[in-house]
Order: sequence, then C-alpha cells, then structure tokens
Amino acid sequence: MTEEKNMEPLWWGLFSAGGVVAAFLVPIHIIIFGFALPLGWISDSGTLYRNWLVKIYLFVLIALPLYHWAHRFYFALNDMKLGLPRQPLAVLCYGGAIVGTIATVWVLLLL
Amino acid sequence: MAEPTVTLKVTRYRPGKDSAPTLQSYTVPYRQDWVVLDALNHIKDQIDGTLSYRWSCRMGVCGSCGMMVNGVPKLTCAAFLRDYYPQEIRVEPLSHFPVIRDLVIDMSDFLDKLKSVKPWIIRKSEKPVSEGEYLQSPAQLEAYKQFTQCINCMLCYAACPVYGLEPEFLGPAAIALGYRYNMDSRDEGKDQRGPVLASHNGIWQCTFVGECSEVCPKDVDPAAAIQRSKVDHTKNWFKSVLLPWGGR
Amino acid sequence: MSVVRPDKSKLFYHELPPSWWLSKRSYFLFMLRELSSVFIAIFLVVFLIQLYQLTRGPEAYAAFTQKLSSPGWIVLNLITFLFALYHSITWFYSSAIVLPLRIGEREMPRNLFVALNVGALAVVSLVILVLFLALKG
Repeated sequence: MTEEKNMEPLWWGLFSAGGVVAAFLVPIHIIIFGFALPLGWISDSGTLYRNWLVKIYLFVLIALPLYHWAHRFYFALNDMKLGLPRQPLAVLCYGGAIVGTIATVWVLLLL
Repeated sequence: MAEPTVTLKVTRYRPGKDSAPTLQSYTVPYRQDWVVLDALNHIKDQIDGTLSYRWSCRMGVCGSCGMMVNGVPKLTCAAFLRDYYPQEIRVEPLSHFPVIRDLVIDMSDFLDKLKSVKPWIIRKSEKPVSEGEYLQSPAQLEAYKQFTQCINCMLCYAACPVYGLEPEFLGPAAIALGYRYNMDSRDEGKDQRGPVLASHNGIWQCTFVGECSEVCPKDVDPAAAIQRSKVDHTKNWFKSVLLPWGGR
Repeated sequence: MSVVRPDKSKLFYHELPPSWWLSKRSYFLFMLRELSSVFIAIFLVVFLIQLYQLTRGPEAYAAFTQKLSSPGWIVLNLITFLFALYHSITWFYSSAIVLPLRIGEREMPRNLFVALNVGALAVVSLVILVLFLALKG
C-alpha cells in the first residue's frame, strides 16, 4: 500500500540544514561583505569566486539558508494571523527558495 | 489586629446566562503557606459557594487544578500567594480551551488527542507469563523515563500558541506521550502511532516556541520530545527516499 | 465506555487575537527569532546580486560594493548582523534540546553546549576571515 508521501520532512530537513549554515557562516560574511568591503577596510579582486571549491561553498552558504527562511517565514506569517491564504503563501515561500537556488547556481556558473 | 488580605480576581462565566466571562473580585486572608488553590477553596467555603473549579490531590500529582494565574498557566496547588502578594492575583481558566463554567474548561479535545496516539504498550506478540517479565536496562529506561512524568494537566496546551491558533494541532502532551511509548524498548507500536504523530497536525505544526516545556510542572520537556521526533522522522524520510531498497 | 460531553452550545470560545505574540515577552522573543530569518535571507540575496555584478566585470562589482557603503545599507547590515547573532545563539540553544550531547550516561548541561557552539562559531569565523584575506587576491 503506497500512501501519499508527506513532504514536511523534506522542508524541515532543508530548514534545519539552512539553520546550521546560517548560524555558523552568516555572521562573518556580514562583517566581510556588509562592512569591511563596502567601507573600504579591505579590497577584493573577485578572482576567488572563480574557484570551483569556493563556488560549492558559496552555493551552500546562499541556497540552504533560503530554505531556512522559507519554512520559518511561512509558519510565522500563518502564526501572525494576517489572514493570508495558505497555498499561495506556501508557493511564494518555498517557491521563492527554489527560484533563489536556481538563481544561485546560474550566477555561480556564470562566474 | 486585622489579618492581612489579598485580592483575587476570578473569572466567572455562567453558561446560558452570561454572554462572556467576567472577572469578580474576592478578598481572601493572606497566609504565608497558602497556595492559590487554598484561596479558591476559602472563597467557595466562606464567601461564594457558586464558584466552580477543578482540583483534587492539592499536591501536584493529579493534574486537575491547572488555571491561568496572572496570565501564566500554573497548577493552583503549586502557586504560592506569597509570590504575588501584595499585588492582586488574577485567576482565569486555562487558555485555548472552551470554557464550560467559571474556571472549568472542556478538555474533551485533549482526551481525544491523547487517545489517538495510543498511549499504551503495543506488542506484535505478547510474551506469555511463563516466559517472565520484559527486561529493561537502566539505559533503556533513561531513554523515555522523563516523558512518563506527564500528569495530563494541560498547562502545556495553555502555553502553546500553536494550539491556540490551530485547534487541530495534536499538542505537546499528546506528542510527548506518543514519543514516550515509541522510545520504550518494550513497545512495538511505532508504526501504528506514525500516521497520527507524523501527520500535518502532529509534530510538523510545532514551531518550537518552547513555552510548553517552560510551564510543565513535572519537567517532562515536551518540546524536546517533539523536536527529537522531527529528527527521527526526517532521518527515516531521507533514508526511504535516497535508499528505497534499503532494509528496515 | 461513554464519555460525558459538555453542551457545546453553551461553551465560551476565546479566540487568540493577532496581537498574541505582542502580549508576552517569551512570545515576542519567539517571533523575533522567526523574523531573523528574513534579514538573513535579504542579506544573502543582496550578496548574490553582488556576485552577479562580478560577472558583468570588476567595475560593476566595485560600483555595487560602493553602493553598499551608504548609511541606509550600513544600518540594515547592522540590524541584520544583530539578528544573525540572535539566530545563532537561539539555534545553539535549540540544538541542545533537539540533539543533546551525551557524556557517558548524562546529558551535557545546556549552557555548556551553547558555550561550546559559540566557541566553534568564533573559530569558524576566524578561519573564514583568514582564508578570505589570504586568498582573495
């Protein structure tokens, strides 16, 4: 007997992975790319991102926390009782994360 | 010399007569060793016999006297007047449950949900008595012991905003008790509990607010039970997707 | 076995108002934790756009990076940084509950677990910073 597979574990698993990545990697990246570079404390030629190992790292850094956001934000919006319809909201959030993932792969391949 | 007193503001609601609950003030003696339940009993005995509320053991093991004390779910037999005095104390029925009368709530939803997780040992085959007891090591006991302490007082449901927002949510205690039996080495019923626990209204509704564990008077930590269940189910899900031919 | 059910028509149902998470400190902190994911996502999207600028040439990359030095962006990144740290700390506390580390028979005390994770965060951050400075070119 096959029952329709509950997809919740998938989203929760991605949410968790994204949460770990965000917890350990995001703060220092904000320091570097949010402050150090824009304010001119350090310079960056951009050549580092051509390296394929670095690209894999960047993929993990950017894509996974998007699923963390999607899952958390979807539930938070529902919890806030704003009366927003669930299905479209789910499509916007999880769909947004998927679109972001594709965009990330595309940019990294272009680099 | 006048005895010190404290004011209790207690919810009154008469079904069929009142359109909504109101707060009624009572002045009760303040005694160092009194709990809120003592004050309620004083009101009922000496001031207003029409007040309705549940209580039984008055020592924190039966789970009957759960109410909101100043907006916090508490066992009224464990909430000391001295922790609130001289401020007035607001006593209201447990949040997120329909009110039957005064401080008495309708718990049938919780009882239905509790039953749905089959909170008993399920065996594929019973051991005959002649074969002796089911043996369990201390480590096996440790795995689930904490979750056996639940007294079904429903404070966790009153604290859980998800239960308040989504009445279909299984809720902390029911999930924790399902987990308790799944983790019991004597139990063989995990598959039977799965459909209920791992449904959309089961563990996946929980957003780990964590308030349930904060208010639990027996340190059951239902939040831990729920999150560990999520890890368990997610591991199995990925295993079944990535290794569909893998053995059980 | 029959269960006595109350007369549903006379029950009083209290509905949770949308402001429920503003009424209690613990609920408010919970919602803040959830919303931290929004700021983190915004930062990563901006970072992705920054990387995209690099594909258009080093001048485009430099120009975009320069735009991020405006007061508005700096303030946003400051807020984001605080939210990111808040996410990290609350994530470590959650992890202590979800996957407790066992030393022998007992669970590691939660505060110790969190402290170790904060240490790991500091080490990982330092390693990334050093690697970036060494390899950026």
